[in-house]
Amino acid sequence: MKYTLSNGKQVEQKRSKTIFIVLAVIAMSWISVVMTDFSFKVLFERGKRFFDILISMWPPDIGYLKFIWTPLFDTIKMSLLGSAIGSLCAIPFAILASSNIIHNKIIISIIRLFLSLVRTFPTLVVALIATYIVGLGTLAGTIAIAVFTFAYVGKILYEQIETVDMGPYEAIESFGATKLMAFTAGILPQILPSYIANCLFCFEGNVRYAALLGYVGAGGLGLILNEKVSWREYQSVGMILVALFISVMIIEAISHYLRKKLT
Amino acid sequence: MTNVIKPKSNIIDKLNTAPKTWSFQLSCLIVFVVLMIWSSTTLKYKGAPNGMSIVQSIISGIFAPDAQLLFNLTTSGVPYLLLQTICIAFLGTIVGAIIAIPFAFISATNLVPRPIAIIGRVIIMAIRTVPAFIYALMFIRVTGPGPFAGLMTMAVCSIGMVSKMYIEAIEDLDIRILESLDACGCTMFQKIRVGILPQLMPDFISTIIYRFDMNLRDATVLGLVGAGGIGAPLIFAMNAYKWSEVGAILAGLIVLILIIEIISSKIRTKLARG
Repeated sequence: MKYTLSNGKQVEQKRSKTIFIVLAVIAMSWISVVMTDFSFKVLFERGKRFFDILISMWPPDIGYLKFIWTPLFDTIKMSLLGSAIGSLCAIPFAILASSNIIHNKIIISIIRLFLSLVRTFPTLVVALIATYIVGLGTLAGTIAIAVFTFAYVGKILYEQIETVDMGPYEAIESFGATKLMAFTAGILPQILPSYIANCLFCFEGNVRYAALLGYVGAGGLGLILNEKVSWREYQSVGMILVALFISVMIIEAISHYLRKKLT
Repeated sequence: MTNVIKPKSNIIDKLNTAPKTWSFQLSCLIVFVVLMIWSSTTLKYKGAPNGMSIVQSIISGIFAPDAQLLFNLTTSGVPYLLLQTICIAFLGTIVGAIIAIPFAFISATNLVPRPIAIIGRVIIMAIRTVPAFIYALMFIRVTGPGPFAGLMTMAVCSIGMVSKMYIEAIEDLDIRILESLDACGCTMFQKIRVGILPQLMPDFISTIIYRFDMNLRDATVLGLVGAGGIGAPLIFAMNAYKWSEVGAILAGLIVLILIIEIISSKIRTKLARG
């Protein structure tokens, strides 16, 4: 489409690509429907069966609560320790991966490739491998959470370091400070609040995720959850889920408050 | 000489008047250390009977993937399983993104009264808290084991994060545009078409693409309960200590995730810049 303006200039309106994108999405959806046997008919006819388990979870078995405390705190401790280890280990790697501090392209690309490779490793696979190496239990879960946190925080942290104001850093360096001193005085104060906020955010998610890891024997709530599900004691399952929900809510409230204060 | 000393004393003055936060920092450090000690009480190193030899076989297996499985084009080969996983994640994300829309609109504080918005948020949080394999078990009752159950599980698991991001986009809506459209005499449909959709679309699409990326990573979880995709063969191979098969599946998965990540981050930066 070409338009002629009043001053005689010709401007071109870019052709919209929306139609192609929509077509591609529809084609992909159709392939997916064929591949996965998706059908609305089944959903409508048998959809109410979805609530079978949910209904049998009600009312939650309050008496089971006394068996939940230990695994629940195990889960929280696992995710706390794992998040802390992972986010501390991420710092040196993030510094080495940021292009405004390290000027060697080879180091940067190697570290970045390493970080994204670690990120692609499914957490469940890491947990399973960890149980083979260190045995069943919370240690394996902690390792899996630490690995996941390391990759996640590492990526966000180097993106943050790259966007800081380099002025203070250069000024301090020009006084004759070493790179490390300039980093701690010039860059650290800029990134610390958002770094801690990201670690807290990651911790929030990890509590939820840690409940899943028990499924492969990596300790915590997932262990008893899996057990109760396979014995079909759904009222106990309901109680576990309620306990998890309340603790996640409390943790989220605390971390939300802290993050608001930080930023 | 005085010219040199004056700025120097200024700097020292500034340094002396800087707020002293060391007591706050020290108490933060103490809290952190206490928390770490408290949480490390749960760790017990039991040790696997032959950990080191397992590490060796894992490493040798993963770096020597089973080429036959990797390039096998039948329904049990890696390419087919990867395609199935992509399909599950793709349609699951779309279904979840559609279900999330009403949840987001009833939880946006600028559209509905505050009490309703809070109830909406609590529901969203409750949906997020239930672990994926519980949903998978629920859906297997509906659809039977297979990729369809996996797809629905992905959809429900996506609701939490997607609706949270939608809410943020909706709360950032610029209402003045709607008011000016009102002043021009636009109908409701026109207001939605040119006033609301162009504001929401980039954020929504960016969220959906990001979630697709995440769903692809989480697809292994579904394999645990027989809900289709590449997860089940991966877990079976790991439980049977067939590390070269694990290597083949992981190699395929890692390459796929890296490719999707590159594409999705390209599209998302394009969307963010407009």
